[in-house]
Amino acid sequence: MKLFIKKIITLIMTLFLVSVAAFLAFQIIPGDVVTSILGTEATPEREEQLREELGLNDPPVERYFKWAGGVLRGDFGRSYQYSKNMNEMMPVAELIGDKLPVTLWLAGLSMVLIILVSIPLGVLWAKSANRFLDAALGVITQAAMAVPSFFLGILVTFLFGIVLKWFVPGGYISYRESLSGFLGYLLFPALSIALPKIAMTARFLRNSMLTQMQADYVRTAYSKGCTRKRVMYGHVLRNALMPVVTFLGMIIAEIVAGSIVVEQVFGLPGIGRLLISSINNRDFPVVEILILYITFVVIFVYFLVDILYRVIDPRISEK
Amino acid sequence: MKKKLFSLLLTALLTMAVLGGCGSDGTGESSGNNSSKGTSALEPAGDPVYGGSVVVGIQQDIDSLDPHKATAAGTKEILFNIFEGLVKPDKNGDLMKAIASDYTVSEDGLIYTFTLREGVKFHNGSAVTAEDVKYSLERASGLLDGTPLISSLKVLTSVEIIDEKTVQVTVGSANTELIYSFVAAIIPAGSGEDESGTPIGTGPFSFVSYTPQEGIVVKKNSDYWQQGLPYLDEVNFKIITSTDTALLELQGGSIDIYPYLTDSQANELKSSFQILSAPSAVVQALYLNNADPLLSDVRIRQAICYALDKDEVNDFLAGGNATIISTAMLPTLQSYYVDLNDTYGTGANIEKAKELMKDAGYPDGFDLEITVPSNYEYHVQTAEVVVEQLKKAGINAVINPVEWNTWLEDCYNGRKYQSTISGLTSDTTPGYMMNRFQTDSKKNFINFANAEYDQVYEKAAAAMDPTEKAGYYKQLQQILCDEAGSAFIQVPAITIAVNPKLGGYTFYPVYVQDMSTVYFAE
Repeated sequence: MKLFIKKIITLIMTLFLVSVAAFLAFQIIPGDVVTSILGTEATPEREEQLREELGLNDPPVERYFKWAGGVLRGDFGRSYQYSKNMNEMMPVAELIGDKLPVTLWLAGLSMVLIILVSIPLGVLWAKSANRFLDAALGVITQAAMAVPSFFLGILVTFLFGIVLKWFVPGGYISYRESLSGFLGYLLFPALSIALPKIAMTARFLRNSMLTQMQADYVRTAYSKGCTRKRVMYGHVLRNALMPVVTFLGMIIAEIVAGSIVVEQVFGLPGIGRLLISSINNRDFPVVEILILYITFVVIFVYFLVDILYRVIDPRISEK
Repeated sequence: MKKKLFSLLLTALLTMAVLGGCGSDGTGESSGNNSSKGTSALEPAGDPVYGGSVVVGIQQDIDSLDPHKATAAGTKEILFNIFEGLVKPDKNGDLMKAIASDYTVSEDGLIYTFTLREGVKFHNGSAVTAEDVKYSLERASGLLDGTPLISSLKVLTSVEIIDEKTVQVTVGSANTELIYSFVAAIIPAGSGEDESGTPIGTGPFSFVSYTPQEGIVVKKNSDYWQQGLPYLDEVNFKIITSTDTALLELQGGSIDIYPYLTDSQANELKSSFQILSAPSAVVQALYLNNADPLLSDVRIRQAICYALDKDEVNDFLAGGNATIISTAMLPTLQSYYVDLNDTYGTGANIEKAKELMKDAGYPDGFDLEITVPSNYEYHVQTAEVVVEQLKKAGINAVINPVEWNTWLEDCYNGRKYQSTISGLTSDTTPGYMMNRFQTDSKKNFINFANAEYDQVYEKAAAAMDPTEKAGYYKQLQQILCDEAGSAFIQVPAITIAVNPKLGGYTFYPVYVQDMSTVYFAE
């Protein structure tokens, strides 16, 4: 409980500091939001009207607190660049709510791929006495880790989209239209995200298991008559998973925060793409909330990892 | 063995991906870029049939669903399908009567009288009334609440309803080009404050939905006043972030029309798509800040003009399809344009450039900073070519890439730059590109200052006789060119891919993606 309160306080402090930092960054970067929205052809009257509407004439400190006050009351403000209809701008909550499922599904799908493939692969690799398999996996994982995800995205598009025609490149189907079509399309970007991470996780798990296998308790387990299978899954794997869980936590945080590059390559309208276009268009309310969201996700996932540690290794709680 | 095979396979894959996936480059002109002088409409493969839906790839998101507030060219070209004004542009760059079936202009050019067309209905089913017209014009011109939304309509002083089919507009000062501003959308009275906010117009298509980052969907307006139009049931304008993705989508069949192809992409698609090309409405130049200590010397500016090899830029970047210019007027505005390419030549004249530099006291050359908006790949590539060309004349140019908003703030609004390669998108009025070079114009970001120019411009704007007006505009171009206001380069071409099953795609010299004439051919 004490830990929980401590974490909550850290969370709130971090969110506050990050929001201030983002606000300050917006004050410093060049580019006037009004020109960004209205272009070069607008009348001075219209520019002034918009400046007033957006509250840009208020002093910065006042603007920050006005904005922060709104967020605390659950009012995230409205986007500067995206319209909801002819007469209103899109509320930030609605905009992000609309884009979040894309990123979350993508993250979920990638995570499933990563866990399903990397853990068995890592175990297999650690157990393998076969030198050839060992070497082959070494090369393959090294290659998969080395390829940057945008390039992997292009490769996947080329192979599955153009050559095999398993999906239409860029032919994103909205989850509102058809969930199966949506997931079918998402599988390929998920693959691009997952491949390098699978390689990393498998490698990590293998090394971790090999280290554990040298440990005294393994010898003890064998000497008290445990089978190899029991030693591997009952003792070694459990201990070896500890660092892997941290690693997976980092990966989750990274993906849920928006796979900026992969979303761009596959034309997915998710959080990552929204963040880029919002920064380009100086869409302050959207950028602020997205940054807060990303910060929250990272802290929250690390918190979960912390708890998971305690589940896997009860000794940590006792300390 | 297996390992070797794998690595071979990987190498092969990598090579294919590099060749196939990255073989194209982005193009883009300032603030949306699509318009062109109408060649003829594409001849269809067969007879038009009604029905069907089409996906059009677009480059930018919508900046507003309000036709009076939308400023991006990329938005206007789509809203053209939903909204109409009293008049609307046709494919020749002239005006056709739309919601007004007729209009007259008083002899002094101060009173416009519009007669409304019978039977024009809004998408919500109600007929267009004189009240709607009054409301729309007052809203756009700022008479309603003091905030003009369309700057060219600021001169309106009153809009009066004469009878239920006649509206009279009075303006403060006469300008024969004002009639082009009456393309401003007519919307139902009060709809600018309406809570539902549904965009309602009278165009061939009605609004269905808009999703940020995804696109805008419109459907057929069966009550459209132009008999027989439109053909299609539905059009989906889909936002595509990069030209590379667009190429894949065209090949994969998920988009039917894409208007922003690069030259290399057009070659790649030649066998499977109809490829159409026309001049854009973008004036690309090495814009020179005339207030810069170095560039305030006309000889230096002229030297730069001589040093440029515009033919090379055209060949390198546009496959020879661009139109070379030496002034700011679009060549497609035929009655006003004057070809001044002989002044500095279209190739490089290094000797002449060096001579001028020597006269100006820079026999050994000078340094020049070229600011380029880095999001426009086309301008960046142009700059790279130009830097090499200037080097030959001893001018040491460096490229300073900046982000678009920085360009807007520092170069366009702040005028804090030495030179910049960018594009200005013109409309179909000759005054649009010419008025910005008046000494105290707010849009004169090159700080061009020439008293004679200012005088001639005033005459041009006031002239009522078309020939006289054209004469003044030609004079303006001559001054701008002789004074080397900037080093004008070219009007890039715009290249469009159209699904071979479709017919009727029409080029407009303004920002328009007119979907009403597009049909499936049988």
